[in-house]
Amino acid sequence: MDNFSYVNATDLEQVTSLLTDNGWGEVMVVAGGTDLLGELKEYIETPKTLINLKSLPGMDSISMDTTGITIGALTTVADIANHPTIQQRYTVLAQAASSVATPQIRNVGTLGGNLCQRPRCWYYRDETVNCLKKGGDTCYAVDGLSKYHAILGGDPVFIVHPSDIAPALIALGASIKIVGPEGEKTIKVEEFFTLPATNPFRENVLQPNEIVVEVHVPQPKQGTKSFYLKAREKGAPDFALASVAGVFEMAGKTCQNASIVLGGVAPAPWRSTEAENILSGKLINETVSNNAGASAVKDAQPLNDNAYKVTLTQNLISRTAMMAVS
Amino acid sequence: MSDKEKKQGTEISRRSFIKGVGTGTVAATVVPTILVGDEKTAEAQTDQATTNAEIQLNINGKLYEIEVESRTTLLTVLRDGIDTNGNNVDLTGAKLICDKGECGGCTILVDDKPVYACMMLAMDAQGKQITTVEGIANGDELHPVQEAFIKHDAMMCGFCTPGFVVSSVALLNENKKPTLEEIKDGLSGNTCRCGTYPFIFDAVETASDKM
Repeated sequence: MDNFSYVNATDLEQVTSLLTDNGWGEVMVVAGGTDLLGELKEYIETPKTLINLKSLPGMDSISMDTTGITIGALTTVADIANHPTIQQRYTVLAQAASSVATPQIRNVGTLGGNLCQRPRCWYYRDETVNCLKKGGDTCYAVDGLSKYHAILGGDPVFIVHPSDIAPALIALGASIKIVGPEGEKTIKVEEFFTLPATNPFRENVLQPNEIVVEVHVPQPKQGTKSFYLKAREKGAPDFALASVAGVFEMAGKTCQNASIVLGGVAPAPWRSTEAENILSGKLINETVSNNAGASAVKDAQPLNDNAYKVTLTQNLISRTAMMAVS
Repeated sequence: MSDKEKKQGTEISRRSFIKGVGTGTVAATVVPTILVGDEKTAEAQTDQATTNAEIQLNINGKLYEIEVESRTTLLTVLRDGIDTNGNNVDLTGAKLICDKGECGGCTILVDDKPVYACMMLAMDAQGKQITTVEGIANGDELHPVQEAFIKHDAMMCGFCTPGFVVSSVALLNENKKPTLEEIKDGLSGNTCRCGTYPFIFDAVETASDKM
């Protein structure tokens, strides 16, 4: 890894002004560094300056009020996974956080970093490959090895978004606060992520001089059940082959309202309105759950090596829905 | 070249000496001066930006003054660092294997929590309590986890063992009586290519009975 200048952040104004005039890549921010250091070691990014966000005060805590919970961007993934209230009332979020990587990574990696981490695509992560995502003209997954790539929303870049936490936050209706030189703004986490058709080079709406500062998750309604199901290639920690964040507002065995957001299958966390429409207002049983799973993947367009993800995603959705009534 | 740099450049470490003996050349093998900046220039002079710094690290209860580059990882300091007095840090228990935060061979404790030393910048470890596998035993008295690893023969080649020992200690400090599932989860950030997992899990169970 090349050397860089290291600056400790003192406040948000200093951070956004350091970022302002430098575009992407010259000046970058770092928190836990578990994703970025990997990129630096592989020369995917070669910044001249890194701004250390960990020195920003008061951004690593979880607070609660009657509207819900607010989680600072510097909160570690482990602190989210182990938080008793999150485990109890925002179960899908705790389950998603505890499924992230390994204990060693969760102790260091942050919420902001998890949402802003870059894709794991082996072409993108290969220093010698100038793929479409890095300004080249080809997404090599299309004709190359595509076992871990997108089955939905891919064109023209077939990466999958690696975050486990993002689908859970979207399913819970969370919003995200972004700070830039013009001040702060709050948008839905769902609107934070973008598809490659909009911008093939980035995975979210952040501008080069903006950073994520916190996430707010509204309190789920009474009787809500939520689950995160993640399929991995082996028992050991890994990124999702496919995952489902399901939030179900239940009255007995009837689902009044369902949120189904998929991970590992598209370049952004993927809300399945088809599955939600089939589940919402229904008595949940095996037929309804299976129909929901099938509807979510009816438009899937697998590449050469990832058709297995279609069946996998379908089954994960129906299993998640059945968990709401078992 | 400053006097300090000269001193670092000609220092013979224990390991390089052994290496030298092994290959039949006892000449002064030069320690790679990885910590001495070749980019000491004043590039990108933003507010308090630093490409090199002299930092203080608390490792196994001992304070080290070390000059590092911004890019130097904590693992590099532990294994190959030379303090400002010219002494090798020489804590080679944490292993450099994958260097990308996947295998667990470099697991150490930072403020009692297990982390990968290869994925942490040395500068970020300032002000924290760093414990390596060398700091787990109490003097000559082995930690119950270390005793149990010996008793259960919980290693084959042994290369992953320091990382597993540190992760096991961290797990048992948090959870005195873990179930088998909790043990597997607690050690899920460590990889053993020889596949001695069942013996490692047995060792952690035995150690948990003694703690």
